[in-house]
Amino acid sequence: MATVTRPGAPAGPGVRRRTHPVKVDIARALPLTPAIVLLLVFLAGPILWCVYAAFTNTALTGAGSGNTRFVGLDNFRAAFTSDAFANSVVLTLVFTLLSAVVGQNLLGLALALLQKRSVKVVRTLVGITVIGAWVIPEVVAGYLWYAFLAQDGTFNEFLGTFGLGQNWLYTLPIIAVSLANVWRGTAFSMLVYNAALSEIPAEIEEAAEMDGATGWRRLRWVTVPMIKRTVTTNLMLITLQTLSVFGLIYTMTKGGPGTKSQTLPLYMYEQAFSFSQIGYGTAIALVLLAVGAVFSILYMRLLRED
Amino acid sequence: MTTQTNAPVVATGTTSSTTGRGRGPRTWIVSLLANGVTSVIGLMFLVPLLWVVFAAFDSQAGLRLELPSGSTFGLDNFRAVMTPETTYRPMWNGLVLCVGSAAIAIVVATLAAYPLSRFETRYKRPFLLTILFSTGLPITAIMVPVYGLFVQLNLIDTLGGTIAFMATTALPFSIFLTKNFMDGVPITLEEAAWTDGASSMQTLRHIVLPLMWPGLSVVLIFTFIGMWGNFFVPFVLLLSPDRLPASVSIFTFFGQYGSVQWGQLAAYSVLYTLPVVLLYVLLSRRLGGAFNFGGALKG
Repeated sequence: MATVTRPGAPAGPGVRRRTHPVKVDIARALPLTPAIVLLLVFLAGPILWCVYAAFTNTALTGAGSGNTRFVGLDNFRAAFTSDAFANSVVLTLVFTLLSAVVGQNLLGLALALLQKRSVKVVRTLVGITVIGAWVIPEVVAGYLWYAFLAQDGTFNEFLGTFGLGQNWLYTLPIIAVSLANVWRGTAFSMLVYNAALSEIPAEIEEAAEMDGATGWRRLRWVTVPMIKRTVTTNLMLITLQTLSVFGLIYTMTKGGPGTKSQTLPLYMYEQAFSFSQIGYGTAIALVLLAVGAVFSILYMRLLRED
Repeated sequence: MTTQTNAPVVATGTTSSTTGRGRGPRTWIVSLLANGVTSVIGLMFLVPLLWVVFAAFDSQAGLRLELPSGSTFGLDNFRAVMTPETTYRPMWNGLVLCVGSAAIAIVVATLAAYPLSRFETRYKRPFLLTILFSTGLPITAIMVPVYGLFVQLNLIDTLGGTIAFMATTALPFSIFLTKNFMDGVPITLEEAAWTDGASSMQTLRHIVLPLMWPGLSVVLIFTFIGMWGNFFVPFVLLLSPDRLPASVSIFTFFGQYGSVQWGQLAAYSVLYTLPVVLLYVLLSRRLGGAFNFGGALKG
């Protein structure tokens, strides 16, 4: 494993990888070109433009449409002092916490644990149903839940027998969309935890059982510590997915009534496309990207910690 | 699966009679409880799903879950929506978008995965980390600048531009998956071909690809499913009604009419959902019943 020291190359005692002359590197990296071009043009480009436009007054109509100029931190200042922005940040947090971290994650784990102890018929049928909810397109899921929770929908018919019927989409819209998102996304966590649980060696659980650890204690001290890595990774992934949910909320409530279910993606859409405030819209997009990036970095850290 | 989980219980029961004795009724209750709770949760997932199926066959369908009875049961809703404007054109548009972008994604991802899987270079690690990083980015957030970019490049309301963008959004994950599948093909076969003077592209085509068709088809189906359900991207980038795919036109279906024909909307939803369900069944067969998330999540 001789290290070839070249000017500019980060060589040293720490570098143990075999390095090639630059020419070979380039020739071998050639098949990567189409991917790099596409990623640069359609992914890196827009992100960079996002960073630029967030500091301008770019707009499709009005003052910013004719002469675009730098406005510094104005967009961010406007966002951070705006009630509507604060409202959507809070709603995004509520939506993410409720539907992803608590709902999908815990229900997914519970389903995976329960399925392990269920008979095959129950396990298979429930698995198919939950996965079915995950496979159907976002917009269809939105309609299903609109119908289910509407004033004269199935849910109220059931609750009506207890005198609890109400128009959930108007009274508790953020809870309604969170429920729909739990319904739609739980399959992912369930599959992830199914895979993780199946990898726990039977002998370990068996040994814990022999030592007298039963039920909750076995779950708390044996099972959960063994799948800890999967739990954190799953939390990261579903958090990121939930942060950018748009179609489901848009079909169910359009962010309404008023702004009662307007999460950040919907607020951004309204500002950028309905009110044509592209500059302000990209500033919000940048906040969303930054939040996503923070989670991505945490996720990568976790993957590297092996 | 059932035999696997039961085996240890039997084994401990025979080796140590002390733990085995008290367990009989306890395990029985636990398993009854587990089956009961699982079934209830399953039922809660099933009820909202049932509405769309029942309503699709009910010409008088409302928002309430009702079993279509005698006179209202039938294919009227399907007959009503199976027209060029309502069903065929949006489905065709969706097909063009999905096949186009899935094809681009898979070809580009395979090319990219090859050097990443086969060669050790200094750029590999940073590149892979960047790819991994971008799988997590919320695409929703960049739709505003992408709209701006498309206006600049005159790509707005074009299927080609939308296909290119959708392919790009699928790329990070496709490259990641394809590389993992390619790593499973042993390199020794290629080394023999290389010594015979074959180029790396030749070995990719004649040796690696034939051995990884199952993996590639998984990536293909996976990207297709993701795009078929994608609402926000075509919703922002396409404007003309005759270019909209099914995911967006179902939305206008709902908005255009004052009183929504729920039965027809349900019938259309069923038609629109069918392809992904079929593909998913195909996909899960390929992967032996379940997604191999365990391996994918470990990186």
